[in-house]
Amino acid sequence: MNPSWRRWLPTLIVFAIFLSPFLLISPKTYITLTISGLAMGMLLFLVSSGFSLIFGFLSVLNLAHGALFTWGAYIGFTAFTLINKWTGWGGPNSMILNIVIFLLALIVAGLLVAVLGIITERLVIRPVYGSHLFQIFITVGAMIVMEELIRIVWGPNDEVMPVPFNFMGSWDLFDVVVSKYPLIAIVVGLILYIVIFMILRKTKIGTIVRAGVENPEMVQVMGHNIYRYFTGVFAAGSALAAIGGGMWATFVKSIHPAMGGEIIVFALIVAIIGGLGSMTGSVVGALMVGLSYNYVAYLVPKAALGITMLLLVIILSIRPTGLFPEGT
Amino acid sequence: MEADPVAEPILKVEGIHTFIGKHHILQGVSFAVHPGKVTVLLGRNGAGKSTTLRTIIGLLSPSQGSILLRNRAIHHLKPYEISRLGIGFVPEDRGIFNFLTVEENFRVAMLQEDGKTREMMDTIFEIFPDLKKFWKAKAGNLSGGQKQMLAIARPLVNRNELLLIDEPSKGLAPIVIDHLIDSINKLKEYTVIILVEQNFYMASSLGDDFYLFDDGKTVHQGQMQELIQNEELKKKYLGIAGTN
Repeated sequence: MNPSWRRWLPTLIVFAIFLSPFLLISPKTYITLTISGLAMGMLLFLVSSGFSLIFGFLSVLNLAHGALFTWGAYIGFTAFTLINKWTGWGGPNSMILNIVIFLLALIVAGLLVAVLGIITERLVIRPVYGSHLFQIFITVGAMIVMEELIRIVWGPNDEVMPVPFNFMGSWDLFDVVVSKYPLIAIVVGLILYIVIFMILRKTKIGTIVRAGVENPEMVQVMGHNIYRYFTGVFAAGSALAAIGGGMWATFVKSIHPAMGGEIIVFALIVAIIGGLGSMTGSVVGALMVGLSYNYVAYLVPKAALGITMLLLVIILSIRPTGLFPEGT
Repeated sequence: MEADPVAEPILKVEGIHTFIGKHHILQGVSFAVHPGKVTVLLGRNGAGKSTTLRTIIGLLSPSQGSILLRNRAIHHLKPYEISRLGIGFVPEDRGIFNFLTVEENFRVAMLQEDGKTREMMDTIFEIFPDLKKFWKAKAGNLSGGQKQMLAIARPLVNRNELLLIDEPSKGLAPIVIDHLIDSINKLKEYTVIILVEQNFYMASSLGDDFYLFDDGKTVHQGQMQELIQNEELKKKYLGIAGTN
């Protein structure tokens, strides 16, 4: 294939996924599905970006990432419930207070899961740096332990995720019914992507992290304590998983202890499609998966997960290292 | 930096043994590096030269022996701690961050940004003008010679007193090697250099002192001029005759 084609491949695939269903679906349904797909994509981005960054920088295949996502959802659930009980900010009075309580719950979830991530990195991951096989065993074990801890703390049953009052329902935009929360999720996801992108591109810490994704040994011999960065990146990746968990739970309006195991499959697919270690790859991969999943779920519901796998096979056959193999 | 023959060595490596996995690579390496000089480590492939540099910078831990930087033991320290004591390392594969720009490569290398750093950057640009020209370019898009210059210049930004350079001529055209020799000669003024080099032309052009390695041991030492004239030694340990 001509190199210029390869360069434009990610954009071409995204446009193909974005536009081709337009031929089969009525415009109103298409817009609704597109918004839903973009929202799902942004939520998947939050989960997969942390997973991808941890793999890229630490070379750690963290299969416990899904459990961190679940912890985020549960802590978000508890934080929202408690803050709402004290303040009532989740009620119908004000959209701004609804946004504030929603963000507060996400921040609490992000911070606490970041601490959980630091503990996991220090106790579980650090002894197996450099060995992917042991990492798989030990992170699967960590995932089981973390899920069981959730069952002990919150119980084994599904819980209904509380949603801020004004996030429910829909807006009527040009005669198209658009659910409110997906739009909010898109905006929050985009803001987070821009923040992460700016940190990685414009700060010294971000530059060191990008360098570390390519060559951690060299970062070390340049005088930087790589283990401190490992811990920092693991904490940031865990926080992103937690925020993704809180937002996903609000999207599907329920939480259960095994929800992380389902999402980790998507996170893995997105991270591989995008190129392990690449933030831009994560966002493009997540949008591709989110959109294609929603379009196909409408047209041929049983093939929805299959199309994601097909997408993975097609991308890997053209670009074995993912769409953006050049790191963050 | 003026050479002082009676000066205390900057670095003393004393009887180090290093294993890589189960393989006993270094089996008693000893040498000293004096200020103002370029010390060249020579030997056939697999003799332990690169392993010695990786042991000095802390990427490998010696099982025996000691490494002293200005009489301070550093062999138990981590690579980032050793680097912060003033040792820069240019690995055989150059260790360039290809997806970062030249500017970002330097940014990662800079441990602090002050007037002295800016002054050093001006010096670096004088010695390696291409780096200024391609300041905003992705390092991966530079030519082989430019990448090597970036790799060598990067640790200098912190005014490191010792620079370990592993096989800088590898994969470079002869004309680029000549240019690199000129540049490294200019660097002698700013830092002490330990050079591992297979290319005897480059090694003899730059080196003041030499150590010959064989089977993980230092077997001969002396001044480079002596080695240039000693055909027997060159043939026995380097497999070459003449200076090229």
